[in-house]
Amino acid sequence: MKRVYANEKLCINCRVCEVYCRAAHSKSADVVRAYKEEPESCSRIHVEGDNNASIAVSCRHCENPACVEACITGAMQKDPKTGLVINDPARCVGCMTCALACPYGCIKIGHIAQKCDLCGLSGEPECVRHCPNNALIYAQGGSEK
Amino acid sequence: MLREGENGYRIPAGCAISAIINKRGERFSGEGIIASIKVMHERSNGLGGGFAAYGIYPEYKEHYAFHVFYEGDEARSRTEEFINQNYEVESCGKIPTRKVRSISGAPQIWRYFVRPKQYRMAAMEFTEDEYTARTVTHINSNFAGAYVFSSGKNMGAFKAVGYPEDVGEFYMLDEYKGFSWTAHGRFPTNTPGWWGGAHPFTLLDWSIVHNGEISSYDANRRYVEMFGYKCSLMTDTEVITYLFDLLVRKHNLPMETAAHVLAAPTWDVIESMDKDMRDYFTTLRTVYSGALVNGPFSIILGSSDGLLALNDRLKLRSLMGATAGDMVYFASEEAAIREICEPERVWSIGGGEPVIVKVEGGME
Amino acid sequence: MEYNLELVMPRYKIVRDKERCINCGACARQCANEAHVIYDDGTVHSIDENCVNCQRCVCLCPAHALHITKYPLEFCENANWTSEAIQEVYTQAKTGGVLLSGMGNPKPYPIYWDKMLLNASQVTNPSIDPLREPMETVTILGRKPDCVKMKNGAITSKLPPQIKLSMPIMFSAMSFGSISLNAQKSLAMAAKKMGTLFNTGEGGLHRDFYPYADCAVVQVASGRFGVHKQYLEAARMIEIKIGQGAKPGIGGHLPGGKVNEEVSATRMIPAGADAISPAPHHDIYSIEDLRQLIYSLKEVTEYKKPVAVKIAAVHNSAAIASGIARAGADVIVMDGYRGGTGAAPTRIRDNVGIPIELALAAVDSRLREEGIRHNVSLVVAGSIRNSADIVKAIALGADAVYIASSALMALGCHMCRTCNTGKCNWGIATQRPDLVKRLNPEVMHLRAANLLNAWNHEIKEILGGMGINAIESLRGNRLMLRGIGLTQKELDILGIKHAGE
Repeated sequence: MKRVYANEKLCINCRVCEVYCRAAHSKSADVVRAYKEEPESCSRIHVEGDNNASIAVSCRHCENPACVEACITGAMQKDPKTGLVINDPARCVGCMTCALACPYGCIKIGHIAQKCDLCGLSGEPECVRHCPNNALIYAQGGSEK
Repeated sequence: MLREGENGYRIPAGCAISAIINKRGERFSGEGIIASIKVMHERSNGLGGGFAAYGIYPEYKEHYAFHVFYEGDEARSRTEEFINQNYEVESCGKIPTRKVRSISGAPQIWRYFVRPKQYRMAAMEFTEDEYTARTVTHINSNFAGAYVFSSGKNMGAFKAVGYPEDVGEFYMLDEYKGFSWTAHGRFPTNTPGWWGGAHPFTLLDWSIVHNGEISSYDANRRYVEMFGYKCSLMTDTEVITYLFDLLVRKHNLPMETAAHVLAAPTWDVIESMDKDMRDYFTTLRTVYSGALVNGPFSIILGSSDGLLALNDRLKLRSLMGATAGDMVYFASEEAAIREICEPERVWSIGGGEPVIVKVEGGME
Repeated sequence: MEYNLELVMPRYKIVRDKERCINCGACARQCANEAHVIYDDGTVHSIDENCVNCQRCVCLCPAHALHITKYPLEFCENANWTSEAIQEVYTQAKTGGVLLSGMGNPKPYPIYWDKMLLNASQVTNPSIDPLREPMETVTILGRKPDCVKMKNGAITSKLPPQIKLSMPIMFSAMSFGSISLNAQKSLAMAAKKMGTLFNTGEGGLHRDFYPYADCAVVQVASGRFGVHKQYLEAARMIEIKIGQGAKPGIGGHLPGGKVNEEVSATRMIPAGADAISPAPHHDIYSIEDLRQLIYSLKEVTEYKKPVAVKIAAVHNSAAIASGIARAGADVIVMDGYRGGTGAAPTRIRDNVGIPIELALAAVDSRLREEGIRHNVSLVVAGSIRNSADIVKAIALGADAVYIASSALMALGCHMCRTCNTGKCNWGIATQRPDLVKRLNPEVMHLRAANLLNAWNHEIKEILGGMGINAIESLRGNRLMLRGIGLTQKELDILGIKHAGE
């Protein structure tokens, strides 16, 4: 499956990916309004580091996801067809077990668990589309077909 | 009245051209060429017509034949004084003409058969040709009212303001015999009526008739002027003649190579050639980029060796060739050839593909 | 004791639309000049005096909340003592130093490119459609003999080395040091992709760039930085830099702060040491010395590389260029007074030299009068802003042009003219690793290549309109030009007629 890959040599710590991610997952889908609306939306990608060294991290959509295994309600599921790991908001109780289990620290907890959904597989995710230095790419992994 | 070349004035023109040559050097009268160019009457507008003929002065074949227009006696006496200083004049007189209703305002038209004075030529260390070329340039640029319009050996140009068929009759070309003839009917897009501006343009035994308007004019002009030429008429034919003179007479390139310079193949075509040809054309385009002629042209270049017919590399102007026995014909239109012969073969001359007809007993 | 009051006012005002700002802080993290700060409460604010108007923040702001204007403070109206003139006095009274600037002369001198108009075919000869017919912009640089010698139908002349460019446009000299490795790499990759050349400037050729050496012009300048045998042998062309349009008669100075390990290794100087290029070459005090250097370089490269000589356009360029041609140079490069720079004394940049258009016309005419124009190639630089400028330059007599400012714009440069500070937010004129990495050569070289492609395409369109299908038929074809609003003297120097003539 296609995933978002980050290149730390090209990441410039601008964190614009976070802004567009949050906007994409807001009610209004607009950058300015996303930051003012209720309930507060949040970014599912975040940049670690500073101007000298930084990298954006987001869900890897693992083959054997630890979050799915850890989920106590069965809300976190890996779609066998697409490979996408998604949280079902109807079943999630916000217990944070998934966040604790994730080895990459890619699950954020608000009211419930928030994570990357590859923008619904509707083409290039917003974070990738807006990265000003092409530090994020949306591609098939090296060993995959 | 504005004239070609005055104050940098440049007059574009469209045209008809035609040529006939006997490959064995047998001479024939000018009736055929007049009949041929007459067919293309519609391609001219009566503002210039002319002919060049080779082999017409066998009795004076070692002499340069100067054909000169004079606007008055003063110009003539000044010029004749200069010619007498520099040349032995074997014979001189007015060029015989007929009265033709459509041709008026003729200048004085004189002809001189001359040889350079040896001691003057030796002092300048020029060849006979270079000496004569410079003398002609000197007269044309310094003696107001005098214009040498033909200066080769055993050949002559005849031109006037009028339709070419009338010009042929005016000069009584049916009474001359030559082995090679070229003709030109002019359609200038302006209205000057200067006899010197009619074509063919000549230099020594080069004569050129041309249909087109080249877009590389100033690049070509500034290139040849580096080699001592002076483009005083600012016409395409003048600069093309100088290019051939430079490449063939001064740089000793074969005629075909000179044609390859003027109408070089495109780089795409050159890249697809075998190595020898690729190197040959690459070298020519590298060294002679200033001599590439661009824009539409069809030209027939006459010399004592024969004829060269050449179209621009995109073939933006018509030019046909034909053969019948020992005769070869070129013309802007096929009809102009069929008017005067039953051709064995007729073809459209390819863009940038020179056709060279050598007459037996020529230089090569 | 120091005077504590700052008299120099900010030049720009940063306008932040509070309605739109989402306090994401991208502006603050991106501004190397620290013109934006994030307060402890997470809100973002601007500091006008630090702003250089490079507009990195404006382009990056995801909320489009920023724009920058001229600082609204004005001195009493005075056509003579402009605010710029007054502020410069304040600055020099404070520092006691020479004023420095980046990029080219910004003063409102005439731009002759904009006073020349081009011709097109109508009726008497056809214009040519470049989409249907071949349209050639291939340009060959190098020394040419007067004529070709032939024997038995074959050419016997051997030509000096020639360079075949796919178009008459090259990237001008910008050294590693004055620009970043990523900037130079982007230009090298673009040149290679498009079949033209880039120029190392006087900073040597970085070891990683040897794969691009076949499209590199390597410079030999007065400091001789990074010059060694392999460098010369690897290059496509060697260029002796005598002068630069932005600072004729002046050397160069790369501050030690920009001489990091990589710059040091490439220039072959100690890290942290200032790199000083002397004003003259100390082995060239006259034209005959230049001849010796030209032939030394030809000897060492076995006459396989064309040698170019670059001069700034100055009052007697025509005579100098003629001397250079006779000294054996294969290519003459002239850089006009609008030419860019990483840093130059402001007074020199703004007051020394002449317009490239006039210098080019004068040099081309002079070389033709002497009958040697066809022997050498003529390349001009010094503010070529678009394809029409190129067409006009070639019609005046150039073989090709060098572009630099516009090439950097393709890489993001916003012409803020503070290259000399080393804090280029676009990753171009800087050596700071955090800034350099903002310029990703893998994508930015495509923008530089796009620019070349676009201009080449436009040149073809213009040529076609003129009824010309090979660029050499435009070269020196001054009948294709007409002046507009020029004096007779200017027309005479340019060798063109006025529009309507």
